[in-house]
Amino acid sequence: MIEVSDARIDTTALQRSLTNPAAGGYCAFEGWVRNENEGHEVHRLEYEAYEPLVISEGEKVLAEARERFPYLEARCVHRVGLLELGECAVWIGVAAPHRDEAFKACRYIIDEIKVRLPIWKKEHYASGDSGWVNCERCAAHGIAD
Amino acid sequence: MKTITVRYFAMFREHAGVAEETLSLDAKTAHDVFEATRARHGSTEPNGHCKVAINDHMADWDTPVNDGDTVLLFPPVAGG
Repeated sequence: MIEVSDARIDTTALQRSLTNPAAGGYCAFEGWVRNENEGHEVHRLEYEAYEPLVISEGEKVLAEARERFPYLEARCVHRVGLLELGECAVWIGVAAPHRDEAFKACRYIIDEIKVRLPIWKKEHYASGDSGWVNCERCAAHGIAD
Repeated sequence: MKTITVRYFAMFREHAGVAEETLSLDAKTAHDVFEATRARHGSTEPNGHCKVAINDHMADWDTPVNDGDTVLLFPPVAGG
């Protein structure tokens, strides 16, 4: 299950929701808002998502992860809106019979989410400037088609 | 000519100054739509790192567009 939320992520409640008597391992990943990116001091982040496709593509990612690393339960929540330093921007939890599937499925899910889901991150800098991550820099650095 | 509704997200929306517009385009593929909007709004973002969806389904740049389609233009994503 994947969700988009504009409210603070309750990681304890999410972890509890994955309880499964057949699970011998649980692995979670939390992405936090960091104070720096590529030499710029970051004050806060703003996330935008196109929810219908975040959900449909996200469910595909979860299904692919299950096929590769059979897990029992998995959930993902991604924040949208304005986030302050230290806040949890993305949470992924996986419960599996053994630790290996839990670790690997969790890693697969976050890696795919970062490159496939229509989610955008705008950094607000200490200087007062702001910029969309991966956009202006791609263009500025002349990354070709 | 085809009537195509184009939706812009994140940086593309800021460049275009609108979230959505309906255009009359001589476009065969999603890439043609992207090029037409790039010229229209002066965007320099190459399409290589961008994604496109048609009528709420992820598509490829060479996917054909039809009259009445809604094309969603996604600048480089950065979730997580």
